[in-house]
Amino acid sequence: MPNAEALPISISRITKRYGDIHALDNVDLEIRSGEFLTLLGPSGSGKTTLLMALAGFTRPDHGSIKFGNEEIILKPPHTRNVGMVFQSYALFPHMDVAHNVGFPLKLRSVSKAEIAERVEQALNTVQLGGYGKRQISQLSGGQKQRVALARAIVFNPRILLMDEPLSALDKKLREHMQIELRHLHEKLGMTTVYVTHDQREALTMSDRIAVINHGKLMQLDSPREIYDRPANRFVADFIGESTFLKLEDKAGKLMFGGQAIEVRAAQVQLKHPALVMRPERLVVIGKANVKTTAKDMNLFKAKVCELVYQGDTSLMYAALADGTEVTVRAGTRTGAAVENINIGDDVMLGLHKDDTVVINDE
Amino acid sequence: MNKAGSPDLSPYANELRQHEKSERRALLGLTGPAVFLVLITMVLPVGWLFYLSFVGSDGTYSMENYARMLESKAYGRIFWTTFQVSFLTTGICILIGYPLAYFLSQLPSRWATICMLAVLLPFWTSLLVRTYAWLVLLQRRGLINEWGMGAGLWDEPLPLVHNLNGTLIGMVHIMLPFLILPLYSSMKAISADLLKASSNLGATPIQTFWQVFFPLSLPGLFAGSLIVFVLCLGFFVTPAVLGGGKVIMVSNQITNNIELFFNWGAASALGVVLLVLTLVILFAASKLLPLDKIIGGGT
Repeated sequence: MPNAEALPISISRITKRYGDIHALDNVDLEIRSGEFLTLLGPSGSGKTTLLMALAGFTRPDHGSIKFGNEEIILKPPHTRNVGMVFQSYALFPHMDVAHNVGFPLKLRSVSKAEIAERVEQALNTVQLGGYGKRQISQLSGGQKQRVALARAIVFNPRILLMDEPLSALDKKLREHMQIELRHLHEKLGMTTVYVTHDQREALTMSDRIAVINHGKLMQLDSPREIYDRPANRFVADFIGESTFLKLEDKAGKLMFGGQAIEVRAAQVQLKHPALVMRPERLVVIGKANVKTTAKDMNLFKAKVCELVYQGDTSLMYAALADGTEVTVRAGTRTGAAVENINIGDDVMLGLHKDDTVVINDE
Repeated sequence: MNKAGSPDLSPYANELRQHEKSERRALLGLTGPAVFLVLITMVLPVGWLFYLSFVGSDGTYSMENYARMLESKAYGRIFWTTFQVSFLTTGICILIGYPLAYFLSQLPSRWATICMLAVLLPFWTSLLVRTYAWLVLLQRRGLINEWGMGAGLWDEPLPLVHNLNGTLIGMVHIMLPFLILPLYSSMKAISADLLKASSNLGATPIQTFWQVFFPLSLPGLFAGSLIVFVLCLGFFVTPAVLGGGKVIMVSNQITNNIELFFNWGAASALGVVLLVLTLVILFAASKLLPLDKIIGGGT
């Protein structure tokens, strides 16, 4: 349920140069009211710069940022009224948990009794009820994370910014917090802008993902669209593992080494078409059932070069006829197709035509 | 326990313990030279002074050196002057040093290094040279009075030296780095994210300073102030040169006792009292403030 109080964010033509480097290059981005939007990109892509521009800690060279209808590009950070969770948590070490969380309320001249009540409420929201008297140094990483979150939401901001808030947590806790943050967002409904370089985190949490590279917006879409229909080579390469097969366009038919490639839907004509091969979308097809399973499949002959067992899945590296090495990821459950394969075997790989992704490879 | 003859359940336990012991002995050995040095240059002389302070003018045990201190108004004045000068110097150092350290801590690191050199350069220069340099600047016909009167700013030479003013100017100059260095390092340890967070949560720059930055810089401020204050208590050269005999601190009186009156007993008693006072102040400070935090240089 989108919160009636949440605000849309409208970013237009934001540019920030550091010397010759464009940290942000004329970025336009419309963030919907109440949505969970993730800025995803490699380090140095400009995603953090954009978040800092929203918070007011980076002064762009030019451009406009609107919260709702209000232009805020000229407003100093302390007047922007947005919640923010820092990568380092940025909890005040000289205050206990309650004073940290109550800090924004104290600044807003809220009465003492109300501060106490709202602090406890915020701590309950992040499942830290009763922790008010603790010192920051007594908290674990996960607890600090929650306190930082409580402090960012206690004053009911209509926009919440998060700068890689989970990156310091271990894997298990991180995955747990991802779900928890997601639930919290559904409950509070504030427009949330989340920065991460972790693609899985972005896919798990977001309503939409804005993929950023070299200060430019590469694609803005839902997680499924981003993964299944990457708009360009960068997105296809950055999100998920992929091997790219160069295709030839012969009179509207896409060809790979004399073999026509069946695709999902009519494809716009591309200058340099390339097929994106995702390891988990490739299947090994047993010789016996080529006829039955291979329906709607593009088939590739390959020779196995390497097998890696990783517990939950196993990886098979195989060379196609033209020498391109592709990766196949398969489950390890008994009876899986890769079970009896040895290095050097000839195998048949299948890629369902609905799983084919063709991009323009510049 | 592993007795001889019984099956060896804890192989090499004794040898491993032996290795640990010899390692610890080696570490202890490294402190030997320092312990020896402290013994020769600190413990023995101070012990000797302590003994002397209880020897009267007739060469026998006596409390007369301490009794004189209580009776004589002059001694009371000397202690008062010592504390007055130390307090004022520390106070002025804080007023000048805090903004300066803050400024340094906010500079980009390359500029901070250059500016820090400007703080350290005088610090490395001989104390005597700096004190006499101030004499040249401050005296009746010194550079400052000549310029001031030449420019018509004042008509009579200002009494800048051979009094409390001169002593304070010189001491503040000498003590400032002792305040700035610990203060600067504790300010540098304050994460920029904390200031951003404060601002993001709605604090104006002034609120951020007083509610976040200042409290977090306090350990450095206390450490620096304490160092300055304690050093001031025993200061000798600057009050001697720039005080012109009008500012007599404890250490100046100690010198007088030895050089003018050849009274080692009286000088020793003063030294002992000064040492005890300093220790009492350090002890009180450690009780009032968490000294381990101060020594840690920040939180």
